[in-house]
Amino acid sequence: MSPSGAELIRQIKASIAETDPKAVHELLGNGVAIVDVRETDEWAQGHLPGAKHVPRGFLESRIEGVVPDRSQHVVLYCASGNRSALAARTLTQELGYEHVESMTGGITLWKDRGYEVEQPKTFTAEQRERYSRHILIPEIGESGQQKLLDARVLLLGAGGLGSPTALYLAAAGVGTIGIVDDDVVDLSNLQRQVIHNTTRIGVPKVESAEETIHALNPDVTVVPYRTRLDASNIMEIIEGWDIIVDGVDNFPTRYLLNDASVRLQIPVVSAAILGFDGQLTVFKPYDGPCYRCLFREPPPAELAPSCGANGVLGVLPGTMGLLQATEVIKLIVGAGDPAIGRLLLYDALAATLTEVKIPRDPECPICSRDPQSITDDEMGVFPDYEAFCAAAG
Amino acid sequence: MPKIKIPPVLRPSVGGEREVDATGDSVREVLRGLVAAHPATESQLFGEDGELNRYVNVYLGDEDVRVLDGLDTAVGATDTIVILPAMAGG
Repeated sequence: MSPSGAELIRQIKASIAETDPKAVHELLGNGVAIVDVRETDEWAQGHLPGAKHVPRGFLESRIEGVVPDRSQHVVLYCASGNRSALAARTLTQELGYEHVESMTGGITLWKDRGYEVEQPKTFTAEQRERYSRHILIPEIGESGQQKLLDARVLLLGAGGLGSPTALYLAAAGVGTIGIVDDDVVDLSNLQRQVIHNTTRIGVPKVESAEETIHALNPDVTVVPYRTRLDASNIMEIIEGWDIIVDGVDNFPTRYLLNDASVRLQIPVVSAAILGFDGQLTVFKPYDGPCYRCLFREPPPAELAPSCGANGVLGVLPGTMGLLQATEVIKLIVGAGDPAIGRLLLYDALAATLTEVKIPRDPECPICSRDPQSITDDEMGVFPDYEAFCAAAG
Repeated sequence: MPKIKIPPVLRPSVGGEREVDATGDSVREVLRGLVAAHPATESQLFGEDGELNRYVNVYLGDEDVRVLDGLDTAVGATDTIVILPAMAGG
């Protein structure tokens, strides 16, 4: 005769490992994966700090995205300890997880013991629909999407690189996007600066970009800075942003940005383009090299083509700008391997992507030092700076 | 025969080529060979002291030659050398 439901659960609990809330509380933050197997509406009422959410109905299809290593210690919980026991049996006996426990009494007993509960921010129905394709990816999921919505990303330039980056970061739901640009939209921009359009010629780029972003995604707050970044305003403008996207078109600003971002320890996702060639890397201060580790000084003005009027394939800033947007999203959600200490060289004519290593320079004039020791006077300065700027006009 | 990848800013100095064949057993010989064939590249690659300009990086494979043996780094017949000056277009 088949057992009753209650008897079946009792038998299953006898066949799996259980642990109690006190032991789980002591494990918090020690590398254990805590997985909540309840339904979405229950999760939204509050969950254990740092827990991941995999509803039991999706356990088999989603657990590998959350806990890829089958030897990792996993603690499952639900409301009272029954569903997590069933899930523990599945992980142990059918999926080969080696160290799985079910928390007795579930979150109900956890709360009764007075342990803290994290209240998840909830999505509106529209947000859940808008970001559904992100939420489905294990590397992003609801927690990653929430990080994107909470993120503050500053774009330097709403031009070739900044246009596609801004569009895709806005579409992805990056909650606050700052844009620094003092220029107005020109007809010759529209071959590549896709955030603007023909009706906006003569309009400040920051205004045009803000209008496009709001039409694309009303979740995004745009902070426009209609100014040119210089030594007098850089610290005030970049402080407080999580990530900076560098798409500026001149060397003095790139060095200035480098020195200020190292001082404030803000990561910079950097790209440069010319003709059919693009470069991309991520400068994460003190985790990897900085711009001065890569190029101690800029070329003389006559060898710095960005200073003159030079051509670029219209698609190229799209390609490089979207690589930048991808790196930004990876940094925000903590997925994958960001291009730190690596420079990617894209040759559009040859259709090749070459990678070279960027070592940290132990004698770097900026990032070999304590960030507090970098002074206002030396930021953005390099040998022959005055001559460079004079020649560059 | 080693190959040298030429960056956009140097291409006018080598007749528009994006990659050229090279000769030599060290980075110095390879780059000096390039300069001999295309004299306009000299001032862009080398300073008056004969060393690489600080604004030009040279890679053997994916390694910056400055962390190898600099201009004395040995070059094999199948190696690719990448010349990379800073770019700032945006």
